[in-house]
Amino acid sequence: MAGGYYSIEQVFHIKAGDFASAGEASSQIKKTLKQLGIDSTLVRRVTIAAYEAEMNLIIHSIGGELKLKVTPQSIIVTAEDKGPGIPDIDLAMQEGYSTAPEIARELGFGAGMGLPNIKRNADRLNIQSKVGEGTLLEIYFDIKAR
Amino acid sequence: MKVSQMVEALSLKVLAGESFLEREVCSGYCCDLLSRVMAKGEKGMAWITVQTHMNVVAVAALVEMACIIIPEGIEVERKVLDKAEEEGVIMLSSHLTAFELAGKLYQMGIAPVCKVVD
Repeated sequence: MAGGYYSIEQVFHIKAGDFASAGEASSQIKKTLKQLGIDSTLVRRVTIAAYEAEMNLIIHSIGGELKLKVTPQSIIVTAEDKGPGIPDIDLAMQEGYSTAPEIARELGFGAGMGLPNIKRNADRLNIQSKVGEGTLLEIYFDIKAR
Repeated sequence: MKVSQMVEALSLKVLAGESFLEREVCSGYCCDLLSRVMAKGEKGMAWITVQTHMNVVAVAALVEMACIIIPEGIEVERKVLDKAEEEGVIMLSSHLTAFELAGKLYQMGIAPVCKVVD
């Protein structure tokens, strides 16, 4: 990743309850990062976080957008939805706490590890949510100079 | 160990990814909760799960697992196998239970965690 002032942005529209296409946006994000020659350990961290964010949009939101932004210094994955919002963010961040519906649990989701997994893999995480308005999740990764 | 050697030793049935059997397996994991698998999964892992839907293929592809092994002869839908084929994910099947498969893999020297990172 030598020099350059490029910035790449990709936007994916995620539909609520669309388990059949789940993972496609994260898969595309992974491909993009690989093509950019990003270190494989970092690609893995971003991919896991992006997948969890994508699944959260599918399971919990009424639909939203997953965005990838890559600059020479950082990778930012953003998940934004229009609702329903998270009433208690601290509780949602706790490992093992889940509000996933039965349909998601039957597929093996709802372990209450989504947000904790995102936090573990990110360098920084910003989460804002308002019930009735929506949630904005910004996941930051630093690209270290090699 | 290569996936092909594992297939041979445990008489596994290859459901998808026949052309990738020379891939290396270095660790194993057994779990049906996908978020847990996303957290623990790693490249080169053989993953045993009773889940057979589309998202299993997505998780294995994203983490670059060596293969998925479906126990107890559980059937997998054609569209899931087609997706696995498209994503380069090997899906194997066995009549053994997850417990028996994990035990046999462990005996064969498959570790819980990969020692070599790519």
